[in-house]
Amino acid sequence: MAEKTQQELLQIRYTPPRRDWMDPSVDFEARRGSWSYPAAGKNLTYLGFPNPREWSPADEDWKLPDNWREIIYEGFRERLKKFRSLRVFLDTCVRCGACADKCQFFLGSGDPKNMPVLRAELLRSVYRRDFTTAGKILGGLAGGRELTPEVLKEWYYYFYQCTECRRCSVFCPYGIDTAEITMIARELMNLVGLNINWVMEPVANCDRTGNHLGIQPHTFKDNVEFLCDELAEITGLRIDPPINKKGAEILFIVPSADYFADPGIFTFMGYLLLFEHIGLDYTLSAYASEGGNFGLFTSHDTIKRLNYKMYAEAKRLGVKWILGGECGHMWRVIHQYMDTMNGPADFLEVPKSPVTGTVFDHTASTKMLHICEFTSDLIKNGRLKFDPSRNDRYRVTFHDSCNPARGMGILEEPRYVLKSVCNHFYEMPDNTIREQTFCCGGGAGLGNDENMEMRLRGGLPRANAVQYVHEKYGVNLLTCICAIDRATLPTLMDYWVPEVGVSGVHELVGNALIMEGENERPTDLRGEPIGDKEAASDV
Amino acid sequence: MPTFTHGEVSIEVDEDGFMQEPEGWNEVVAHALASTEGVDDLTDEHWKVVNYLREYYLQFGVAPMIRKLCKETGFNLKRIYELFPSGPAKGACKVAGLPKPTGCV
Repeated sequence: MAEKTQQELLQIRYTPPRRDWMDPSVDFEARRGSWSYPAAGKNLTYLGFPNPREWSPADEDWKLPDNWREIIYEGFRERLKKFRSLRVFLDTCVRCGACADKCQFFLGSGDPKNMPVLRAELLRSVYRRDFTTAGKILGGLAGGRELTPEVLKEWYYYFYQCTECRRCSVFCPYGIDTAEITMIARELMNLVGLNINWVMEPVANCDRTGNHLGIQPHTFKDNVEFLCDELAEITGLRIDPPINKKGAEILFIVPSADYFADPGIFTFMGYLLLFEHIGLDYTLSAYASEGGNFGLFTSHDTIKRLNYKMYAEAKRLGVKWILGGECGHMWRVIHQYMDTMNGPADFLEVPKSPVTGTVFDHTASTKMLHICEFTSDLIKNGRLKFDPSRNDRYRVTFHDSCNPARGMGILEEPRYVLKSVCNHFYEMPDNTIREQTFCCGGGAGLGNDENMEMRLRGGLPRANAVQYVHEKYGVNLLTCICAIDRATLPTLMDYWVPEVGVSGVHELVGNALIMEGENERPTDLRGEPIGDKEAASDV
Repeated sequence: MPTFTHGEVSIEVDEDGFMQEPEGWNEVVAHALASTEGVDDLTDEHWKVVNYLREYYLQFGVAPMIRKLCKETGFNLKRIYELFPSGPAKGACKVAGLPKPTGCV
């Protein structure tokens, strides 16, 4: 937990320091709490990534390869050629500053290099000096900067302080996707071994076992069975979800935290109740056992490498289409990268609800449907029986998770589901939700403990909006549809608004579903007595 | 990689003090690691948690779900925090020599 008090963190100065922005020096030792530990050598070795070693950003010597500068230049050149978007983004920014105060990391820290425009400029300045005619001639006068070891260290500090949430992009008049600038900067740093362990260990685990947590098939099965035991205790129903079942109609993929960590496991229990309720022909997979794709925070090649297993498994099992759970950045990958990387998935069919007959044409290219779309269609067609009063101890608000909201436009569906399964729903202010949602402060691999001060700062705008609805309406539950949110928001709430708990949307669906043949439920999915409003603050 | 030394124990640990080679764990190491967690004396209750974690890890290769840990040991989460002030994942798992979980957790 952070050592600083709320009052200390709230002393935010928005006046830029006097020194020239081109000065790249970062005192890592003094800024502990706002950077992440580097990747352990064993993870890079496992993946075949360059320059595995033991080092710390607080060290003077980062143990870079001798020709690191050439490697970065060559990598930059390659990517400018490959991604036209990158060149456009680097050339078109006019420094209008529309994005400057839209980033939660700037709002929470006051550090001007967390203004998206200036963060991008850290990379753009090198581009200008070495890849544009004006910069080659005029150098610093044209905003060019030499790529020195200090500039590289500054990249590490600031590009691993951006969560690729894309809030700034919503406000950019040119439509610059700043997340893609961060992605390229991280990709370049990966070429010389500058990466963080909270990203690379999940990537290595995912490559080895199919999921971030390193859960092997027998453990996957054991975890699922344990959660079914819990469901049996609460509802009296024995559910036995198929795993790796060939010939099932639908493959269902969730983020691995949903079958491992609180509060995601209650969301997982909600999924299982829903599928039982409608008699869905589906299967889980112990191989495609991760929705998330930390390749997105590493490099395009890694995205492709990790994404592939979903489709390979769908093909192996012979399913018709894929249903995806409450995962965040997975949907950015599915919606915007997967089709050109591993698609088209011609061997699958366009998702069609076996219950309502609805054909989800908008997923025609990916063949993958979001669970909130699936569930809201069921509700709209009157196929689900609910008792929303089972969620009466909650006053609920909804945090739009960055990637489903901005990356694929999932805005109405989770709200429609929530309003159907609970009686008390309240929105946070308009400029903090939907496309303008604030980040949880810990996405893109930054949700680790050592980066806690920056997480609490970056999460402050979100927490502030939660505090507003807590004070105005008595909100005590913050719902979301992303596993990173479910991991980071409880910590954020504990610090800023401790009266508010965190849950997924399908946990509340599971609570409200009236199942055929069930007992009268003594508790909700968390084991808390139904109707016990006092217990809500402990979630 | 930092080396953690306590009495006769000398082990490689990560930045947060989790041991890097879980197979090198034994009861003496557990005592040494417990000292970093503000646990001076490992009682029977501590051992019940540590031994469960250890056995689970050897069988399943990861830490158990916290809910399962509570159920199998009979301790609620509050009690586990009393025993290991940093909690089940950061305190108890560290003493039991398990690696730190990473990802969306």
